[in-house]
Amino acid sequence: MGKTLFDKIWDAHVVRHIADGPDQLYIDRHYCHEVTSPQAFDGLRRRGLKVFRPERTVCSPDHNIPTHDQDLPIADPVSARQVSTLMQNASDFGLRIFPIGSERNGIIHVVGPETGLTLPGQTLVCGDSHTSTHGAVGAVAFGVGTSEVEMVLASQCIIQDKPKTMRITVDGTLAPGVTAKDIALYIIARLGTGGATGHFVEYAGEAVRSLSMEGRMTLCNMSIEMGARGGMVAPDETTFAYLHGREFAPTGEEWEKAVAFWRTLPSDPDARFDREISFDAADIEPRVTYGTNPGMGIGISETVPPLPDAADPSRPSVEAALAYMGFVPGQSLEGTPVDYVFLGSCTNGRFEDFEAFARAVEGRRRHPSVTAWLVPGSQQVAAQIRAAGLDKILAEADFELRQPGCSACLAMNDDKIPAGALAVSTSNRNFEGRQGPGARTVLASPIMAAAAAVTGKITDPRKL
Amino acid sequence: MNEQFSVITSRCVPLKVENVDTDQIIPARFLKATSREGFGENLFRDWRFAPDGSKRPDFPLNNPAYEGCILVAGKNFGCGSSREHAAWAIHDYGFRVVISSYFADIHKQNELNCFVLPVTVSDDFLAELFASIEADPATEVRVDLPAQTVTNLATGRSEHFAINPYKKECLSRGLDDVEYLLSRRDDILQFENSRQN
Repeated sequence: MGKTLFDKIWDAHVVRHIADGPDQLYIDRHYCHEVTSPQAFDGLRRRGLKVFRPERTVCSPDHNIPTHDQDLPIADPVSARQVSTLMQNASDFGLRIFPIGSERNGIIHVVGPETGLTLPGQTLVCGDSHTSTHGAVGAVAFGVGTSEVEMVLASQCIIQDKPKTMRITVDGTLAPGVTAKDIALYIIARLGTGGATGHFVEYAGEAVRSLSMEGRMTLCNMSIEMGARGGMVAPDETTFAYLHGREFAPTGEEWEKAVAFWRTLPSDPDARFDREISFDAADIEPRVTYGTNPGMGIGISETVPPLPDAADPSRPSVEAALAYMGFVPGQSLEGTPVDYVFLGSCTNGRFEDFEAFARAVEGRRRHPSVTAWLVPGSQQVAAQIRAAGLDKILAEADFELRQPGCSACLAMNDDKIPAGALAVSTSNRNFEGRQGPGARTVLASPIMAAAAAVTGKITDPRKL
Repeated sequence: MNEQFSVITSRCVPLKVENVDTDQIIPARFLKATSREGFGENLFRDWRFAPDGSKRPDFPLNNPAYEGCILVAGKNFGCGSSREHAAWAIHDYGFRVVISSYFADIHKQNELNCFVLPVTVSDDFLAELFASIEADPATEVRVDLPAQTVTNLATGRSEHFAINPYKKECLSRGLDDVEYLLSRRDDILQFENSRQN
């Protein structure tokens, strides 16, 4: 029987299978940011260990960093210490780091693929659940905890139960105004916030195959929001064209050898998945979330669904979510006043996201009641935006670009949405307080965010 | 030396909420510490405390009727962010076991790696346990790791729970994975060599 893309990569990295237990899995590429790594480095020091394979770990501060005045010291002393701790750890243990303000700095899930550090066929981990982003190039990439970060630093391995496999096929073509983000939000709403737990997902089908690499990254990024261990797309010509010439990608003869190998990775025609689900792209419209997990979403033309039955154990959670958001069953979200718009994050902080936003607001102006934070995912994305002249289009529409970082996605820096305010956000999580205590988040695509930013309310972007 | 697990009998704190995400367990603004200690005081921070710092009386952790080292939570506990700080906060607060009908993968692994035992039970068992605790907050549960059983002592209902033998051994003996991996160094070197050829 044939093998899946996931099985081919996983099986080739099993150092040892522990009888009746998990696998000892070798990790090709490891990324570190400042929030989930300090305790792991402390662990190494306590045990008197060095980093086993320092060339395989790359660090980039991203979560805490301010998105303005990055040339100045970080004002918050606690954030400053966390970032300086990462700098010190990278120095002490001999690891490559992209410091704040340097040309390769940015959100690690944006930086990895755009520098060619992330490659097909790799096993890749980071102490961050959105590590699934890197699966877009055809890698087995997933988030881990800090204890596992320490394992990778100490041994380049982790101990892990092998997940089950799931293939999600999206056939057909996407309608205008429908993006990779809408596919992700649609699938998560259909499966639920825990619907893919225990599984590694391969996305397939015409609608997925026709996505750009950046679109595939958006889709894979949100795999964790339905509980999946990770998500991936088989490498193809789109993948190779994207990676060719990237700084750390192989070159010359090595490149040819690599591509030949990558072509062997896609799932065999007779490969079996533990679960198979199919959707039709024609059923997907621009989407918004109405609740406090990413599975609580609807198409923009739909209304907030009715409450579950009184006996349903999920009812109290749904009631609490709607009370927090200030929405009621049967309500349409169209026309809801918007206070903040956030364009950015590892989900939608890439060049194409800014391009889509800029094209949508071109010739219009930011609505005066909306505060808009436009945060490129990396320095390279910011440079691309400037090179394409998008910064001028945005400035004419009264939008200001900030400096790269995770920013308001999780509000660890100063970019906090105030309590009670409603934000249309291109990030990945609408959990209570995620964007600041009491903040209310509506997840959407960059185009939906643009429509909200110029109209001051939730607006179907197809009607702009 | 890490803790060693065997049999735990305790009262429970019920958290009858589904899809509890790790942002609720420990909000991002408390992730700035560079050590593992002290996260317990901010466990469930925004559900436990009002913005002015006063305790929200309706939250179970603030209800003096509930105590013990077992947290009982609705299904899909620990979804969202991979932050191990969530497991540290649970441990630091004093919980040693979390019972739910469903755990998110990364958080479950994090609990195991922090010597908190995640016990997955059936939906029925969970519903009955919530009912028992509601009827009598002094309800006790016995979690027997060697036998892999969990028992609601109010009703006598008992279930088997799953844990892989490797992790069971780690918890029983207080071993962690880094120690294991260091002991397998030769395998790792051999693996690396085999890939180069």
